[in-house]
Amino acid sequence: MTTFLGMPGLPVATERGTLRGADTFPVAARKALADTQLRKNLGHATSTIRAKRARVVGELDDWEELRAAGAAIKADVMARLPELLVQLEENVTARGGHVHWARDADEANRIVLDLVRAAGTPDDPVTSVVKVKSMATQEIGLNEALAEAGIAAVETDLAELIVQLSDDTPSHILVPAIHRNRAEIRQIFLDHMPDVDPGLTDEPRVLAMAARAYLRRTFLAARVAVSGANFAIAETGTLAVVESEGNGRMCLTLPQTLVTVMGIEKLLPTWRDLEVFLQLLPRSSTGERMNPYTSMWTGAPKTSGGTSGGTADGAPDGPQEFHLVLLDNGRTATLADEAGRQALHCIRCSACLNVCPVYERTGGHAYGSVYPGPIGAVLTPQLAGMHGHGADAPAGGDPVDTLPYASSLCGACFDACPVRIDIPSMLVHLRAKHVETAQAQRRVPGLPASAENAAMSAAAWVMRDAGRFSLAEKGLQLGRVLARDGRIRSLPPPLSAWTTSRDAPAPPPETFRQWWARTRGDRS
Amino acid sequence: MTTSARDEVLDRIRTALGRSGAAAPEPSPVPREYRTSLGRAPGDPVLLDLLVDRLVDYKAEVHRCPPGAVGATVAAALAAHGARRIAAPAGLPAAWLAGADVETVTDGAAPDGGEALSVATLDAVDGVLTGCAVAVAQTGTIVLDSSPVCGRRALTLVPDYHLIVVEAAQVVGSVPEALPRLDAVRPLTWVSGPSATSDIELDRVEGVHGPRTLVVVLVEG
Ligand code: SF4
Repeated sequence: MTTFLGMPGLPVATERGTLRGADTFPVAARKALADTQLRKNLGHATSTIRAKRARVVGELDDWEELRAAGAAIKADVMARLPELLVQLEENVTARGGHVHWARDADEANRIVLDLVRAAGTPDDPVTSVVKVKSMATQEIGLNEALAEAGIAAVETDLAELIVQLSDDTPSHILVPAIHRNRAEIRQIFLDHMPDVDPGLTDEPRVLAMAARAYLRRTFLAARVAVSGANFAIAETGTLAVVESEGNGRMCLTLPQTLVTVMGIEKLLPTWRDLEVFLQLLPRSSTGERMNPYTSMWTGAPKTSGGTSGGTADGAPDGPQEFHLVLLDNGRTATLADEAGRQALHCIRCSACLNVCPVYERTGGHAYGSVYPGPIGAVLTPQLAGMHGHGADAPAGGDPVDTLPYASSLCGACFDACPVRIDIPSMLVHLRAKHVETAQAQRRVPGLPASAENAAMSAAAWVMRDAGRFSLAEKGLQLGRVLARDGRIRSLPPPLSAWTTSRDAPAPPPETFRQWWARTRGDRS
Repeated sequence: MTTSARDEVLDRIRTALGRSGAAAPEPSPVPREYRTSLGRAPGDPVLLDLLVDRLVDYKAEVHRCPPGAVGATVAAALAAHGARRIAAPAGLPAAWLAGADVETVTDGAAPDGGEALSVATLDAVDGVLTGCAVAVAQTGTIVLDSSPVCGRRALTLVPDYHLIVVEAAQVVGSVPEALPRLDAVRPLTWVSGPSATSDIELDRVEGVHGPRTLVVVLVEG
């Protein structure tokens, strides 16, 4: 058994280094906190997007009803997942598309690689593909897998291009290069973009146009595109990609072959359900009433007079070959945990990142996973498994285990989530599960009880009960006495074991819950 | 023979859900208490004003005209842009381009069997003129559906300038009102303003890969 999470026999994601970082969250976070440029950029980005989101969400007086519908639709999808997937497959196939199933990352990568190879000929092999930003392909490490086979995957989203050119990793779901400022981006382009104008300035418009020129040549010549999908409609077989720049349209329209990699949880039952999600997603994500471009396609549009998704006059429209790869990679293990499966409802809007006080300070890299922020803290441990100090764990303990603790449980993520995912409760649930495993492993001879386990147990025990939680908050006031410069660098035993590996922030003079009780609590 | 990935994934899902061979549950009812309509008929003047407001907010150029003046309005917009060579879908009403002093290249002009324009040709024209399937006032969105008046997707993607004629009767209030008017199996492109990126320090730059200029002629009455 590889993990305690999920049902026995339901394997977690295969490890390609995209879900499990090298450092524990506290260690990685401390590094990130030392980067003042990063903190400044993140603070600016998250506060700007938060304000935009609040404005456009405030325009809709039925926002809560939309959220309730979104949550109910996703719960229905999970309950009927096998039937809906089969229905999707039938409809995609009926319209000329091909559907592939992948148990894990390696299998998905192999499928995509074979499809890319098949799109070329021995004399004229395909050596590069264009890519639309996609979390699923990042999760499976597709670019690296293709590179190992000698095929270059060109990221066409501006931010992903910046990240790729600088051999970096994304730090935010929505704005992956937010940790870079304009001067750095200019330098990245000068150093790594072929044929770039050496007189390039650091004006965002000038930089964006340099990327346009570079990518346009690539788009017009590309034979194969790889994308993700935001939604798939079981009832019709329709796929949807929501984007801003138009690189998605380019990839989905111009090449002859399109391969879409999609997690099995991205389904919606009916065409009508889009009326909910096309309202929830753009407003939650970029804070726009609608994103600039949404593309929808069904199968491989052929020239057959409008009955197969082709144009009414019979002209070809878009890729003549369409392949959909449906990906498990730990999703069924996540689904098996009733208290954790809600994490699969996520529509990757990133609203929870932007409202999270922890994410705002540490940024995405500290989470060590392609899924950062509050949703990452609950999704990553379930997809990848929490291995504790067990046989499957990296030496020194599994960094993934620290993710459910990367939160102050303030609840802002739940309030922001367009599909009402109860992230705080899931965090507490995962902490409890982590502690159970740690305790089980401690009983195994030869595995020493670590101070971290003890501290985690105490934390989980405290979190599980509201009364204990507020008692603990009172205890936090003591912490202020011990703090210097706002950091606690050493605590008395037994907690000293905790602070040898990390500082604890000095507790605020009053916690949110205490403030609430003092100012408003009497009304509830 | 090993189990196929398909069977195994489906099996895993059933195991995860604790369903062994049992029939699928009925769809659970979804509470749809949100607004499914703004309560105004398509083309209502209030909706037209709202659409224009949203389009302008997204930096689209908007012209309003009566039905008899589409040709003249299109001609003026194209002239102001300095457009000389314009691509058009096969089903474009002739009157829309009647007044314009431009060379028109028509894409895949079936039923008389014309050729689909090459990407290189599309890259070289000064712009493209199309109609649309539906427009959503509340979000400032125009939907193209690959019908004869919209053309295939590449036609409206490669040229740098896109002029769309929207007729009042095509303008609905909200997203829930637009979906039933669309055919899901046609390739659809929902356009809300010109393409944009905010990837560099969140500074919004309009016009990345799609047409950098979006012009809308709204036909009223
Ligand atoms: S958990 Fe909710 S708020 Fe966070 S990214 Fe997913 S859908 Fe958005």
